[in-house]
Amino acid sequence: MNAILLSNWDLALAALLILINGALSVLLSLRLERQLLIATVRMVVQLILVGLVLTTLFSLVSPLWTSLVALAMIAFAGREVTARQERRLSGGWSYGLGTGCMLFAAGLVTIFALATQVSPDPWYHPRYAIPLLGMVLGNTMTGVSLGLHTLTSTLTRERAAVEARLMLGANRQEALLPVTRIAMKAAMMPIINSMAATGLVALPGMMTGQILAGADPAEAVKYQLLVMFLIAGGTSIGATGVVWAGGRRLTDARHRLRLDRLQQFRSD
Amino acid sequence: MLKVKGLTRPDLLEASLELAAGECVAIRGASGSGKSLLLRAIADLDPNEGDVSLDGVSREAMAAPDWRRQVCYLPAEAGWWAEDLGPHFADWNRAVPFFERLGLAEAKKDWPIARLSTGERQRLALSRALAIDPKVLLLDEPTSGLDQDSIAAVEELISEIREAGVGVIWVTHDPTQAERVANRWLYLENGRLRNALPFKGANGSDASEERLIEGDAEAHGRILQ
Repeated sequence: MNAILLSNWDLALAALLILINGALSVLLSLRLERQLLIATVRMVVQLILVGLVLTTLFSLVSPLWTSLVALAMIAFAGREVTARQERRLSGGWSYGLGTGCMLFAAGLVTIFALATQVSPDPWYHPRYAIPLLGMVLGNTMTGVSLGLHTLTSTLTRERAAVEARLMLGANRQEALLPVTRIAMKAAMMPIINSMAATGLVALPGMMTGQILAGADPAEAVKYQLLVMFLIAGGTSIGATGVVWAGGRRLTDARHRLRLDRLQQFRSD
Repeated sequence: MLKVKGLTRPDLLEASLELAAGECVAIRGASGSGKSLLLRAIADLDPNEGDVSLDGVSREAMAAPDWRRQVCYLPAEAGWWAEDLGPHFADWNRAVPFFERLGLAEAKKDWPIARLSTGERQRLALSRALAIDPKVLLLDEPTSGLDQDSIAAVEELISEIREAGVGVIWVTHDPTQAERVANRWLYLENGRLRNALPFKGANGSDASEERLIEGDAEAHGRILQ
């Protein structure tokens, strides 16, 4: 691979574009310059830190540190899932279910890829484990948060319809089925759409990254296909888990709908 | 919006009643006195405590769906889970006789629910409940959206169902209806049930006066023998 290395001057030149944006905002009094500045600074600092962390991790190749970083990523993803809920499950169940499902789904899929298709030596080598987990986790997070959000909001809206089935002697699985379908569809649509459109409308970032880094396009495509399969697998496992568990939590053993287990108001 | 939050049914409501086969008990009470909550609790739709049994079998001894098929609650505004009428009936043919009795003889499976009037939905929901052949019917204002002819049709149909041995608890705010349809009357106030006399609205007495039997703080009875 013969990547063209970037100098700091190259980056500074590119950052000029942001400065032009800021200047435009001031000139046209769009009041975007503050947000733009904060976001830019955050991006630069966060990415430099991640670069340092990854460099350290790659030199250590320690299973302990790799798994600690992986767990921290999943914990942050759990926070993000909770923040995206309009009405959370009370008692920390949104965070618990969301994080649990992501840990299981993303962990399983990443370890599956490391143990079979990618198989670095050692198998937990952070150069492979962390980027794979990151890609799978990011998409699984979207699926889990959409699935849980759609489940709770649809159940709240369709309460009468769900209870009507319960009143006529349906069990909770039967009564929830239409809502479960809607929630699963919402969770899976992004990955289904992106699989359908990829290559035609958008070139995936990972693949273009490899190509820019000098890889053979055919090889980059193979990697991208692998990643898409992993992402689709992780998303469906995580979303199925969270929609199922959320549905169990919002009903009880006497087959009652338990919307009292949702928080009444959003508390940020 | 959601009233079931933090609800401990025993704090809100403490009711005892008995219902014999074929009997109809009317329950009245001010708006918000918990009449619907009482029926929901009997149908085990909300967390609640107490001994409830049917023909001597405790409801805890059976799965909740089995209980609700036998003790069927019909809310004032029933829910619909599909776009068309057909999928709401497990066995359409069982419901047809009820459609015919309630002036819905022309009902078709492809009727869109959204196009139906409140009164039509109410009668269709009653047919849907009757079609599962419950032993006890918990009716929550079953005629609130209906015209006089339909009210008469519903009352006549329910009285025939009772002759077949079905017990009925009928929540209504209309005292004259309570007098027409029931053979016992209860009044729900402050979460307690009391025996009440039928209201003689037809004879022109004061409609705001509620006559309660003194010294009988709680009505007792049996849910079906």
